[in-house]
Amino acid sequence: MSETIFFYIFAVISVGMVLLMIFQTNPIVSALYLVFGFFGVAGLYVLLSAPFVAVLQVLVYAGAIMVLFLFVLMLLNLRKEDLVYDRLNWRKIGVGGVAILFLGFLAHHFTRIQIQPFFDLPENFGTPEGVGRLLFTTYLIPFELVSILLLVAIIGAVVLGKRQ
Amino acid sequence: MISSYVPILVLFVFAGLFAGAFLGISALLGPKKKSHAGDSIYECGPAPVGGARERFSVKFFLVAILFILFDIEVVFLFPWAILFRQFVNEGMGLFVFVEMAVFLVILVLGYIFVWRKRALDWR
Repeated sequence: MSETIFFYIFAVISVGMVLLMIFQTNPIVSALYLVFGFFGVAGLYVLLSAPFVAVLQVLVYAGAIMVLFLFVLMLLNLRKEDLVYDRLNWRKIGVGGVAILFLGFLAHHFTRIQIQPFFDLPENFGTPEGVGRLLFTTYLIPFELVSILLLVAIIGAVVLGKRQ
Repeated sequence: MISSYVPILVLFVFAGLFAGAFLGISALLGPKKKSHAGDSIYECGPAPVGGARERFSVKFFLVAILFILFDIEVVFLFPWAILFRQFVNEGMGLFVFVEMAVFLVILVLGYIFVWRKRALDWR
């Protein structure tokens, strides 16, 4: 099955790139690995029959949100001597242990999930047409509320960023 | 269904191959002459003043945030533009048009706020 092969390729890209992102000391390099991670996730969205979400993942996350991350990093302006690994101490080992425990719980539950048999999706599922048709009819109110959310975000950004 | 994405995948693979191939070829075949003048920092003629790692102004950040917010607005316009003719044929044209008009008016209010606050002025 080609889809299974592609799933594993994109899964390895996503997880691998995000791991590389975590283990970088230079935050700018981390951010660039995150872009590759976003592309991997976009590939997974395509395999999940959600091409519109996949395109948005690339346009909005890999494009716009990434610019925001880079500007934050440049705003912080970390120098080379700031970029060192912290010493390992008992608190970090404890936090790491809890994270691994949580991962174990997740893995335990995922192996027990009954996987639904595949069913045929509607013709235009996940395409811009399919998403738009739902968005402009069934989910009209949430769609209009999004504009208010964006308005609040615009006002918030201007008020916080444009102080005299 | 999935097979219709193969051209996009081929495009990505070729883009990566071309970029990698040209970088690799120039690294392999290009001359590698080390000279003092060649390694010095070039800044349009004048001698460079200080390091390039300056702290960036928050103004860049504000522009980036506003860009993202209006980018997301356009994301919603995109399926609307594709579907509008279909909706008109189904007799829902006016309804869908008013729906998008309300959406845009609310965001234009935000744009007017940005304009009046001179948030995009570079001062």
